[in-house]
Amino acid sequence: MNNQKKIYLDHSATTPVDRAVLEKMLPYFTEKFGNPASIHTIGQEGIIAVDEAREKLAEFLDCKTSEIVFTSGATESNNLSIKGVIKACGLKKPHIITTAIEHLAVLETCQYLERNGVDVTYLKVNRDGIVDIKELEQSIKENTVLVSIMFANNEVGSIQPIKKAGKIIEKANQSRKNKIIFHTDAVQAIQYLDCRPEIYNVDLMSLSAHKFYGPKGVGALYVKAGTKIEKMQQGGHQEYNKRAGTLNVPGIVGLGEAISLIKKDQKKLYQHTLKLKKSLIDRVFSAIPNTYLNGSIEKSLPNIANIRFDKIEGESILLNLDFAGIAVSTGSACTSGTLQPSHVLIAMGISKDKAHGSIRFSFGKNNTDKDIDKVMKVLPNIIVKLRKMSPIK
Amino acid sequence: MINSLYSKEVIKHFQDPHNMGSIKDADGIGEVGNPTCGDMMKLYIKVDKKGNKEYIADIKFETMGCAAAIATSSMVTDLAKGKTIEEALEITNKDVSHQLGGLPPIKEHCSNLAEEAIKAAIDDYQSKK
Repeated sequence: MNNQKKIYLDHSATTPVDRAVLEKMLPYFTEKFGNPASIHTIGQEGIIAVDEAREKLAEFLDCKTSEIVFTSGATESNNLSIKGVIKACGLKKPHIITTAIEHLAVLETCQYLERNGVDVTYLKVNRDGIVDIKELEQSIKENTVLVSIMFANNEVGSIQPIKKAGKIIEKANQSRKNKIIFHTDAVQAIQYLDCRPEIYNVDLMSLSAHKFYGPKGVGALYVKAGTKIEKMQQGGHQEYNKRAGTLNVPGIVGLGEAISLIKKDQKKLYQHTLKLKKSLIDRVFSAIPNTYLNGSIEKSLPNIANIRFDKIEGESILLNLDFAGIAVSTGSACTSGTLQPSHVLIAMGISKDKAHGSIRFSFGKNNTDKDIDKVMKVLPNIIVKLRKMSPIK
Repeated sequence: MINSLYSKEVIKHFQDPHNMGSIKDADGIGEVGNPTCGDMMKLYIKVDKKGNKEYIADIKFETMGCAAAIATSSMVTDLAKGKTIEEALEITNKDVSHQLGGLPPIKEHCSNLAEEAIKAAIDDYQSKK
C-alpha cells in the first residue's frame, strides 16, 4: 500500500547507522561482550576495541587519547562540560558566557545554573545567526570561568567565529589567575569542518556519534590535558576518572568506525551536500514566492537550508511533506513539546509570526538530485494550498 | 505515514479539510488567535431562516496554523453547519476535540480557538442586526 520511497532530509536530527559501522559493532553485543574494566581475556577484548576507537577519534581531532572521554552523547558531554567546570572552579559566584542560539543541552544547563546563583551572559547574534565577537570581549569579567559557543548552529547551520573567540580567550588568559575555559558544542560541525581543538584554543569539545552515521546513545567529550573539571556522576574510575559507568563498548566501537569513515570522505561529503543545498534553495526560490533563507548560504554548514515561507505555519508544511514521504523538521518547535517559536530564529531578529513558518532541510551523504526533484514536485502545491487556507493574505 | 501525535480523525481533517475558504457577503465573521502564536482562525457564517428559527446556512473557514488548528477549524464548521444559532452557541471545545478523537494536551488550545471562533462569528452577526 505504502511503497513510496522515503526521502530523508533531516540529517541534523539524526543519521542512519552506516552498514560498515554496524558490522563492526555487532560482535561486541554478543561474543565479545566483556566489561572493558575486567582483567580477563574476555574483558580485555572490550578494552582493546575501546582503545582502538579512542585512537581513531584522537587521530581525527589531532589530540592525545587521554584527552577523550566517551559519554552517552552530546547532551551529557555538554552537561559535564558546563556543570563540571562550574563545580571545579571554586568561585562563589562564577560567570559563564554562552550564546542565545545554543542547543537546549547547553542553554537549559546554563539557565539551570543561573537559577542556582551562577552569573550567565547570553551573547546576541546577527541576522545571519552569528555571534558578535566584540560582545564576547566586552563580556569577560573577573569571575568568568567558562565560555561556551557552539561551532555551528543546528537549526540554521550558522558557523560561529570559534577561532576568533579562542584568540580572545587566549589573550585574556595571559593576564588572569583564574583561566577561562573554552567549550564548544561541535555536534553539527564535526563532519564538515576542521574541528581540531588545538587550532582553536578549545579546551572542551562535545560531539555525538549519531549525527555522523554512528549509533545513538554514544558521544564524546574532548578534554584538553590539565583542564579543571569535576565529574558529574559518582561511581567507577572509568574514562580517566571523569565519567563513571561501564563503557558502552559496541557504541564506542561504532563511534570510532564512523569517525574514520568521515575522515576519509569529509571533502567529498562537503561538496556533495553543498551542491544539493544550493540546488534546493535556487529551485524553491524560483518556484515559490515570498520565501526566504534563514541565515546566509556562505557562513553556514553545507548541509542545512532553513527556509521561511510567509503567511503559513511550519508544522502543516512538515506534515504535508510527510504525507508525500519526505522527512524534514520545523524551525518552530511546535511538535517537540513547546509552542514557542524557535529561540534561534527569534535571536536572529525574525519576528515570531514569521519564525513559525520555517522548515529545516538537512542533507546527508545518501541524498541525490532526485530527492530534490521529488520535493519540488510536491512542495509548491503544498505552499499554495496552505496559503489559500490562511486568513492572512 | 505514521503519526503518534495526532488521531486518525485529526489527520483526515487536516489532509482534506471541510468548508475551507471564505464567504464574500458573510453575515458574521469571527477572527481569533494571532500569527505571533502561530495560530489564527477566521470563520465566516451565512445565516438564514427556517420558520422563525435562524440557522447557519453556510460556514467557511480560513486558518493559519498547525494540523490541530486546521482540523479543529474543519470540525467546528461541520458541527455548526445547519444548526440553529442557539445550538451553534452550545458547541464547546470539548465537542470539537471529542469528535476529532482527542487532541494532544499541548494542542488543546486549538479546540478553544474553534469554540471562540464560532462564538465570535455569531456575536458579530448579532451585533450587526
